[in-house]
Amino acid sequence: MTTVETAVGATKTMVLNMGPQHPSTHGVLRVLLELDGENVVSAVPDIGYLHTGIEKSCEDKTYSQAITLTDRMDYLNPLGNNLVYCLAVEKLLGLEVPKRAQYVRVMLVELQRISSHLVWLGTHAIDMGAMSVLLYCFREREEILNIFEHFSGQRMMTSYIRIGGLALEPPAGWRGPVKRFLEMMPARVDEYEALLTKNRIWKGRLQGVGYLSPDDLIAMSTTGPGLRAAGVAYDNRKLFPYSSYEEFDFKVPTRTESDCYARYLVRVAEIRESLKIVKQAMDKITDQGPIKADAPGIVPPDREKMKTEMEALIYHFKIFTEGFSPAPGEAFVAVESPRGELGCFVASDGSPKPLRVHFRSPSFINLQALPLMVKGQLIADTVACIGTIDIVLGEVDR
Amino acid sequence: MNEFLTHYAFLIVPIIKIAILVLLVLTVDAYLTWLERKVIAHIQSRWGPYRVGPHGLLQPLADGVKFIFKEDPMPAGVDKIAYFLAPFLTLMLALTSLAVIPFGPQRFTIWGYETHLGIADVNISLLVLFAITALAVYGVALAGWASNNKYSLLGGLRSSAQMISYELTLTLSVVGVLLLAGDFSLRSIVEQQAQSGKGLVSWNIFPQIIGFLCFFTAAIAETNRVPFDLPEAESELVAGFHTEYASMKFAMFFIAEYTSMITVSCLCTILFFGGWLSPFPVSWTFTQFLPSVLLIPFGLWVLYDGIRYETIFGRLLLPGVGTALLALGGALLAYPAINGYIQGPFWFFAKVFVFLFVYIWMRGTLPRFRYDQLMSFGWKFLLPVSIANVVLTAAAILIWGKH
Repeated sequence: MTTVETAVGATKTMVLNMGPQHPSTHGVLRVLLELDGENVVSAVPDIGYLHTGIEKSCEDKTYSQAITLTDRMDYLNPLGNNLVYCLAVEKLLGLEVPKRAQYVRVMLVELQRISSHLVWLGTHAIDMGAMSVLLYCFREREEILNIFEHFSGQRMMTSYIRIGGLALEPPAGWRGPVKRFLEMMPARVDEYEALLTKNRIWKGRLQGVGYLSPDDLIAMSTTGPGLRAAGVAYDNRKLFPYSSYEEFDFKVPTRTESDCYARYLVRVAEIRESLKIVKQAMDKITDQGPIKADAPGIVPPDREKMKTEMEALIYHFKIFTEGFSPAPGEAFVAVESPRGELGCFVASDGSPKPLRVHFRSPSFINLQALPLMVKGQLIADTVACIGTIDIVLGEVDR
Repeated sequence: MNEFLTHYAFLIVPIIKIAILVLLVLTVDAYLTWLERKVIAHIQSRWGPYRVGPHGLLQPLADGVKFIFKEDPMPAGVDKIAYFLAPFLTLMLALTSLAVIPFGPQRFTIWGYETHLGIADVNISLLVLFAITALAVYGVALAGWASNNKYSLLGGLRSSAQMISYELTLTLSVVGVLLLAGDFSLRSIVEQQAQSGKGLVSWNIFPQIIGFLCFFTAAIAETNRVPFDLPEAESELVAGFHTEYASMKFAMFFIAEYTSMITVSCLCTILFFGGWLSPFPVSWTFTQFLPSVLLIPFGLWVLYDGIRYETIFGRLLLPGVGTALLALGGALLAYPAINGYIQGPFWFFAKVFVFLFVYIWMRGTLPRFRYDQLMSFGWKFLLPVSIANVVLTAAAILIWGKH
């Protein structure tokens, strides 16, 4: 249990226990605020209320089984978690994923980024008192979840990205809903901006709040929109492209103010950029072609082959009973999640179960910046800062 | 018996009036919550209450029952007297402030006792009203202090500061109106706006537009509503001063908040929008059929909607309501005496409704101010502007006279 050291009687400060049950700590974050009136003297975040042991549990699963656990880590970005884990295992195995599967991955992950930013925008707006934006954002997120359901049968915990490719062939007629979404969305983003961007109360609440210099942010290895709002164009999709991101044309939005308002603008701009990527990916995805790598023994065989070929049946049996065993070694892959650099480290000892799986989760690392951000600000600003860091507690505590 | 009534009419008539008004206000409060939920739901592309009764019309009833039967835990270490006193005080003051508001022009005599629409007709009614609303800060501050909760304490402190700061603007912004009327009585303020007989153009809103804007802004802050709902800023202070209140005590704070919304809307109507006066010139006598012209189509629409409603209860209730509205509209057409009588209250409540709608509309649209911004907005902007308005109005009256 974390405590704040205060000299009783000597100071005029009050310790306010914000959370773990509080409307705007986005889950179960506990922040101990030392207050002088309404000014924050110091803040100590206390985490661990949502510890699920996902990393440890992965060690007791085969490589394929662990995918379903990663869904539940950052629950606003399940496909991104699937992707980073699968990329790490594929690197360990040296697998080459077919282009078609890569494009589908990119499209879905970008849709996921939009939906994550929508949840962020909605919850942040309701933290600031603008309650309608939440409902508008969730209305559009619903469309994205419907697309996911169309692809994988699941709305949130999709587990659609698998080692070596995808779980299923994209469903017939998938272009329709994606196209409708792409046509509808730009006008909807304009709608949110009309409500917020030039609103004087909104600007007053966010501008100049939670400033951190780029040096501080880099020193605390903050990544994601928070860093880009400070003018550092650090984006793994551009710098260390994965899944054929180098073939896509998009910009990395940056601002220089490094306050809550800049972080808001960066995220809204990212929604627009992601829409562009989704559009390009949709055009690149062909109607025919493989969606799984050609790696018998690792990628489960087609149903049809399994019923006609002896080897396929044996492989299928082996994969689902014993699993596959990569050669001893380790691999690290980092992708750009909606919250920042999401890394995955997988180590193998040659057995069918990973020796160690570790995630470099951006929420956890970005949360370090909170005490520095809120120092000397007001309670209301603390809420704004927690909001613009965009933490997902499931990922902080994984 | 009759002799008894005549003798004690001065006592019995006000008591009956008070009972009617309190019941009326509590019902309106309940349906205001329904209206708020419905309007905000439609702003946010939802349906809002729909399950309890047709169109969720029985939802306020269900909420009331729920509040009464809820457990009412008291946190440890509270200051018991203040803790119990706070909600009663808040509700009592909110209801009391309605006593001086006149709802219509008529005076009538019951059992030999001459009375009017409204409870008390004091010649300093505006001062009384401000005095009572100024006391409301005690309820909030006591609740915050007595709850033994840091969130409540912060909420109570915030709202004490906020209400006292905005009280000044609230009072100063009506000085312009007082200068024009030359009287503290709400009744004479309305009558002064009727003098020219030209309807809309003689309302105070035109010479006092700045005063009105200051007044309405300060009034929203005074009633702790969005965008000035800092004392109960949900995302920061959980529920502010009423965090530790549950069950009926919480409901009392809630009713008090909605009652003060009604009071403020009534005040806006009286001070700036001509109270019960029709917006049309007196010579346009045909406009007095407007209530029935509105009621009959509305009744028809309710009837039409009711026949097709999906539940049997709705198909029974809604057509009944529709028929009643139709009958009322028809009766107003058939009996011009009644029609003439309801003109004042009709316009009064129509205007009040518009203000209540604006309140709800803002809640669906705007974010919340920060504490320091609220304070600087109140002291550095609203207060100077309202003082300037007083000076300007006084100068204008000095130069051009009152009309």
